[in-house]
Amino acid sequence: MTSNNLQTALYDTHVSLGGRMVEFGGWDMPVQYPSGILAEVNAVRTATGLFDVSHMGRLYLSGPKATEFLDWVLTASAATLSVGRARYCMICNEQGGVIDDTIFYRLAEDRYLLIPNAGNRPAVVAWFQRWIDEKFSPGCSMEDVTASTGLIAFQGPGTADAIDQLADGPLSGMRPFSWAESSIHGAPVFVGRTGYTGEDGFEILVQGPDVVKVWTALTGSGAVPCGLGARDVLRLEAGLPLHGHEIDEETTPIQAGLDRFVHFDKEYVGSTVLKDQHENGIERKLVGITLPGRSAPRAGYSLLHRGETIGSVTSGSYSPTLDTSIGMGYVLERYVESGTVLDLDIRGRTAQVTVTELPFYTRPRRT
Amino acid sequence: MSPDDRKYTKEHEWVMLDGAAANVAVAGITDFAQDQLGDIVFFELPKVGDTVAHLGKMGEVESVKAVSDLFSPIDGVVTEINEKLLDHPELVNEDPFGEGWLIKATMEDRAQLDGLMTAEEYDAFTAAP
Repeated sequence: MTSNNLQTALYDTHVSLGGRMVEFGGWDMPVQYPSGILAEVNAVRTATGLFDVSHMGRLYLSGPKATEFLDWVLTASAATLSVGRARYCMICNEQGGVIDDTIFYRLAEDRYLLIPNAGNRPAVVAWFQRWIDEKFSPGCSMEDVTASTGLIAFQGPGTADAIDQLADGPLSGMRPFSWAESSIHGAPVFVGRTGYTGEDGFEILVQGPDVVKVWTALTGSGAVPCGLGARDVLRLEAGLPLHGHEIDEETTPIQAGLDRFVHFDKEYVGSTVLKDQHENGIERKLVGITLPGRSAPRAGYSLLHRGETIGSVTSGSYSPTLDTSIGMGYVLERYVESGTVLDLDIRGRTAQVTVTELPFYTRPRRT
Repeated sequence: MSPDDRKYTKEHEWVMLDGAAANVAVAGITDFAQDQLGDIVFFELPKVGDTVAHLGKMGEVESVKAVSDLFSPIDGVVTEINEKLLDHPELVNEDPFGEGWLIKATMEDRAQLDGLMTAEEYDAFTAAP
């Protein structure tokens, strides 16, 4: 079978593990392995799981104007980010709509690594290049190393102990949203204490030729390979937005309730709109919803109040961790209060849902 | 290999005469279908007494990832549903041709089974690219 989709260095590994390959963001990626999504979710919540996230982009931004540039295109502050640390934020257009959400790492005074979503990488690269050319050149350059590197997410409560066994030098003492350099079985790795599952974990950047070696070392430690299906359930339980669902170019971070990742004391693309919405309120907001049972809310389902449509679902699933059905969606501002009961139209059948504070799941803290 | 003691539809349901009664059929979804769906978490099945129609929608199956319609392989009236699936929908993942049956229904016309695919035909159908 031939495909025009991009493939990661782990494609053959996924196929040999029995991964079911699907198209995602222009890439052939495993949606699940034979053990199934529920078992994969459970592995990440109770032990260790492993995701190939090489489909996500890797961009280096470098130069004396790199900080100034990032402060112009990101909702978070680059200037106040210490070398050695990372931040989650949004890249917005002039209307405050979200082009992408991203994590960026400060590698040095004038050098950064930024991770865009797989399908958004072309848009982010074009957007960045436009602003570099218009305002920050010479003095800031961008290098896309997505094709020559791999990215593996190692997630779960057991990852801190496991990574100390595998890596050259202890990494379990790393703070959340920090990065470090190390090696695993002789392969140099860049490790961030970040993730997209709501668990403790590490995201590991590897040079292309070493990707399979590092993946094999991690599965050898007992980590369960997990696909996009488990990743989607995990991020939903953790209340994390997915671009194309909760956020897109027509939706602002303020509508999505992401105010804490938006800096209001600097001027940047979209900042006027974001500041106005933050101060004056907005018509629609993102909420969490729960309903008993296993019949899940799905993207596009209508939310109603007394027969009137007042919102719609952006994502939903049965949550194996909480054993209830959960979802996220946009509703009119007067229905956002936790505890509000709304009707959900499940393909013509009506079910009552309760507006619930996000996240649905918070990991137990180590004492 | 699908079992050759029953018949199959292009919608990935199987049906066979229920050993106990001459005009009652038992139906379910195939191993191929459960594998494609992944972990099944919820079934919406018809009620006892409901009329089902050949290739008409008779319910829904929900996996972690998606919702799919269930189609009846035959014309008939539902006499029993597999109550175990309400609490244990995963039985269909584990044993789709046995413990994971979905419904039993009285058949008006047993000859209807002749028009469905054999196991061999169904396996060829699912193997086609």
